[in-house]
Amino acid sequence: MSMKKILKVILNEVPNKRSFSLHTLSPEHRLLQKTCRDFAETELKPIAAQLDKEHKFPARQIEKIGDLGLLKINVSEQYGGCGHDTLAVAVAVEEIARGCGGTGSIVSIHNALYNGLVNRVGTQEQKEEFLGRFTGGDLGCFALSEPEAGSDVSAMSTTATPCGDCYVLNGTKSWVTNAPVGKAAVVFATVDKTLKHKGITAFLVPLSSNGVTLGKKDEKLGIRASPTCNLILDEVEVPKDNVLGEVGGGFVLAMTQLDYARVGIGAQALGIAQAALELAVTFSKQRKTFGQPICSYQAVKLRLADMAVRLEAARLLVWRAAALCDRPAKSTKESSMAKLAASEAATFITHGAIQILGGMGYVSDMPAERHYRDARITEIYAGVNDIQKLLIGDAVIQEN
Amino acid sequence: MARVLVGVKRVIDYAVKIRVKPDKSGVVTDGVKHSMNPFDEIAIEEAVRLKEKKLASEIIAVSCGPTQSQEVIRTALAMGADKGIHVEVSGKDYETLQPIHVSKILAKIAQNEKVDMVIVGKQAIDDDSNQTAQMTAAVLDWPQATFASKVEKGDKEITVTREVDGGLETIKCKLPVVISADLRLNEPRYATLPNIMKAKKKPIAKVTPKDLGVDVSPRITVVSVEDPPVREPGVILPDVDALVAKLKEGGHV
Repeated sequence: MSMKKILKVILNEVPNKRSFSLHTLSPEHRLLQKTCRDFAETELKPIAAQLDKEHKFPARQIEKIGDLGLLKINVSEQYGGCGHDTLAVAVAVEEIARGCGGTGSIVSIHNALYNGLVNRVGTQEQKEEFLGRFTGGDLGCFALSEPEAGSDVSAMSTTATPCGDCYVLNGTKSWVTNAPVGKAAVVFATVDKTLKHKGITAFLVPLSSNGVTLGKKDEKLGIRASPTCNLILDEVEVPKDNVLGEVGGGFVLAMTQLDYARVGIGAQALGIAQAALELAVTFSKQRKTFGQPICSYQAVKLRLADMAVRLEAARLLVWRAAALCDRPAKSTKESSMAKLAASEAATFITHGAIQILGGMGYVSDMPAERHYRDARITEIYAGVNDIQKLLIGDAVIQEN
Repeated sequence: MARVLVGVKRVIDYAVKIRVKPDKSGVVTDGVKHSMNPFDEIAIEEAVRLKEKKLASEIIAVSCGPTQSQEVIRTALAMGADKGIHVEVSGKDYETLQPIHVSKILAKIAQNEKVDMVIVGKQAIDDDSNQTAQMTAAVLDWPQATFASKVEKGDKEITVTREVDGGLETIKCKLPVVISADLRLNEPRYATLPNIMKAKKKPIAKVTPKDLGVDVSPRITVVSVEDPPVREPGVILPDVDALVAKLKEGGHV
């Protein structure tokens, strides 16, 4: 079969090769998965390459995702949400990421970091303003990192100075997903640098506030549909009522919320990996060399087997971490393991997919190269994998 | 406002590559992805739109089949149906269940539930029978509006545009009526997450054909199921004479 024909088949084919998973989802989760998968197939997959090429935010699609209730998955019904669980977020994010990695990022971070935190610790008024009044495609942000404070969170230098019945925020936050298009952000700033992490406080900041400016949109290797930039705060007045949780309690809030975020990013990694694996399998059945489809060769079979096992294992870890998130006990180790496994699976699988596609994996005619670029971020954000390993190592040592 | 019954069938998903069982007794269904028949999705969507326009009061989704058929009923509930009825038919009985049986089942339920409209997909994508709507109407002695591409409901009647071979035909039917949904009737909605959650609380009643007084004994025997012949490559011919000669050679004329 000619390369042209293979291209046509693969780009038009709607493969459903999700037959491996051993874990059974509940009927509601399965229905949600179906909705998300159908949506991703119809609305995201056909435009993903274009979004990537043009570095474009999928505004219309995000609105539709909001209409499906997917921008308020775990928000209480009182504030227009569905009151669903972390597993629902994971399932939804995976399917969306399978259609478009960048859109998966947007939805994951909005649900697992912004919504999750506000819904968890916000006061009724805060939830009313920062969740309830979010409609349609409104998005929230989570501004924690800074140019000089990534893994070293407590090195942050954005300050919050008390001033009557408000705080004045000054500083720069970096890598803020959704900032170019968002409505509000949870911004972490320190009320007292000498207190180190005990000075860090979380603030709810509408992005339309005076003094808030956006930096230039980051030019990223992948997930280019997801808009990120610096958030610059210059004498931004934030009412005391907008302190989320306790003053000085921000560090703990961020760390605990990251347990949920890691499930979300793990799920995104799964979606990207799944898309890449399906592509590799489909291609290997069509592409012939020496008169045979390449899937008949051991070299390809062994590679596909490695890819499939890592994906399945990562999925089980992500789903387990999701289930544990909603239980009272801490599950930092499990969330870290899930994020580590899923992100490494994603980079491994997308790498392998390019290898199977050969030359075609290297050009933009096929999505393999885009999956490869999209996957790379998952080993970095929501806590670099190096830190994840430290967390896991420490937990394992402590347990035994 | 009308009470509406919608028939929904669980079929192998349209995107799945069908494989014939080695013993030629049927197609492989184990572990294969199933979903609601696409034309039935259109039927449910139409019913939900009627309800949104306050022309329908209650939508009852009915499916005949094994336990797994409850999944498509749940999808129907998540799309907006109010309650479901699962008519349990399993194993050997299900393999030989035909429109003649289903139509009697739907007719009985329609009478029990005092519905004014029965809407089903025009055909199922597994058997392509295109008989259930017509037979149900006959059993009930109701008018039928099949291949509907547009439905407008008046007080005691409906105006339906039908897609027929010659083009479009518009007819009026008095209620109660049976409608079969064609492709262009509407575009089914996604089941939104809030509706999926609401659907959890909606009831699904379980009955058997026996409860409804319907005999589902087989009226057919499946002799064999085979793949269609492999498509032969084409040949380019120089002129019409060569074409005619080739056709005669192949016994086609």
